[in-house]
Amino acid sequence: MTIETRISQSQAFPILVQHLSKRFGSFIAVEDVSFSIQPGEVFGWLGPNGAGKTTTIRILLGLMKPTSGEAYVLGLNSATQSKTVHAQVGYMSQQFTLYNDLTARQNIRFYGGVHGMSSRELRQRIPEILSMAGLEGRENVLTSSLSGGWKQRLALGCAIVHRPRVLFLDEPTAGVDPISRRQFWELIYQMAKEGVTVLVTTHYMDEAELCQRVGFINAGHLVALDSVAQLKRTQMRGQVLEINTPDPEKAMLALSAARQEKSLPLDEAALYGAQIHVVVPDAQQYIEPIQRLLTSRKIQVSSIEWIQPTLEDVFISAVKSGQTKQ
Amino acid sequence: MNEPAIITQDLLKEFKTPKGILTAVDHLSLQVAPGETFGLIGPDGAGKSTTTRLILGLLTRTGGESRVLGFDSMRDMYQLRARVGYIAQQFSLPPNLTVMENMQFSAGVQSVRPEEQKKRIPELLEFAGLGGFTKRLAGKLSGGMKKKLALACCLIHEPQVVLLDEPTLGVDPVSRREFWNLLGNLRAEKGLTIFVCTPYMDEAERCTRVGLIYEGRLIVNDTPAKIKAMLPGHMLEFTPAALERARALCSSLEGILEVQSYGDKLHVFVDNPTLRNQQIINALDEQGIAHDVLRELEVRMEEAFISLIRRQTATNGGDH
Repeated sequence: MTIETRISQSQAFPILVQHLSKRFGSFIAVEDVSFSIQPGEVFGWLGPNGAGKTTTIRILLGLMKPTSGEAYVLGLNSATQSKTVHAQVGYMSQQFTLYNDLTARQNIRFYGGVHGMSSRELRQRIPEILSMAGLEGRENVLTSSLSGGWKQRLALGCAIVHRPRVLFLDEPTAGVDPISRRQFWELIYQMAKEGVTVLVTTHYMDEAELCQRVGFINAGHLVALDSVAQLKRTQMRGQVLEINTPDPEKAMLALSAARQEKSLPLDEAALYGAQIHVVVPDAQQYIEPIQRLLTSRKIQVSSIEWIQPTLEDVFISAVKSGQTKQ
Repeated sequence: MNEPAIITQDLLKEFKTPKGILTAVDHLSLQVAPGETFGLIGPDGAGKSTTTRLILGLLTRTGGESRVLGFDSMRDMYQLRARVGYIAQQFSLPPNLTVMENMQFSAGVQSVRPEEQKKRIPELLEFAGLGGFTKRLAGKLSGGMKKKLALACCLIHEPQVVLLDEPTLGVDPVSRREFWNLLGNLRAEKGLTIFVCTPYMDEAERCTRVGLIYEGRLIVNDTPAKIKAMLPGHMLEFTPAALERARALCSSLEGILEVQSYGDKLHVFVDNPTLRNQQIINALDEQGIAHDVLRELEVRMEEAFISLIRRQTATNGGDH
């Protein structure tokens, strides 16, 4: 690719990653990863612990240099122009870096100051942030006494005080209750509608379903990149049967045994909420044999249904197929 | 019913703060039967960890009672700890000890005899899928493996009851599945009683019974199926182009029981799905709000949680 096309591409996409690799000694953290994100897109960056998600984000933020390849944010090369990148992006990590002995308002003011905002700008911006984060009435409360969901929204507020055009969120909702998670996702969408580009990592697959596109990274390799609906069609090896039984744990033992003995071709058998999901090569063909197996073990079966895979099924399938390839 | 494995009666915990007395756990009564998997859920700061610590006798209660396997949490602390396993929230294992050394360390703390250790440690490591990693430093394990090691460590003295405080926090879905499969096996094979606090609603769904705690009080205590049945009507899901307008519009229509939003999606609870489906579509079209297909979905614990907490805040005028 010529330098000219590279530059024009990097300007069209707020986030552009090309053939990115990062090694630590002999350990490969990221290997030849390429993707691009559209303006105003909410992009889910998914993968198991240690797959290379955070490393990619650190490289994009210019906090770490790649071994090879390039990362661009808003047309700027992260490796060489990290200062300019920092001024235009927001970053929030799982460990919200808030000052516990400052109030909510003081935290926002502090982060605004770090980004070089004037007192005048801040006078206008702080009330906006407080209202967006639903922190009105709590602006003068010490951060240490805010509960998880409040702290999380404050951390987001601090990350966007300087009106960044690109936002990196690294597991922003870990350990936060469902109501706070929903409020948080509404904020993300509000910002995306205003044109902010969002890259978010999460271990909650229901949140990943909310992303317009997701990338799966596994052991440093990008294994899938598409819309959720498309991934469900293309990335699932096999078909999913959902089993309803009053005794899922006993059923799991029976199914796992069958899987190990290879008496049934089960690619995966796992509890999913109160149900069991098993992955088989052909759903219709295996409903009967599974029913027979469970009944023979005196396990009651309420239903066995062929269902659309959930994103979690797809995630697990993608991770496993990555493991067998290595 | 057998003697409950865990019982609390009017359990009370007050903290003195500069601003007055804060009631963290407010006359909480619950019972967990032997062999149950009991999930304690609730908003951040509702009192889940405090309740767990009171049951374990790690905090001094202000009032009421709590017992595990008939042993009082405070008076019989030593007998209790000999029979109970615990994983604390955001626990950390000594990172500079190997997997094997961590197991031996836990065994020592629990006074497990050396001959017992020789038998149990390999069994537990095999069970947790860590048999091939005995010499690896705990600090070098992946997030999911650390959690499994913590589980193996907390089982070293063969407890009859385990209390797990957000044991899978920050762990990916594959590891979370593996962890819950281990818990499922323990319950099915050993009849272990499991008490678990979790922010993950799909994990709550795997419990035999779930308690929902709000501002220190237990407001719901039932099976996941019954809790989900507490939600009125049927749930329709769709993605409108203008979320706020669509939400306001749906809330104003007849036969709409509740509206929840998630990201760019709306969840609308209706009395009659066939009838209301068409009415919602008509109303959206009339207002020129583009949308995708309306689908009827099964209610999950997630929606039940949101709805129940909302009802509670509506009566209390709380935070959420």
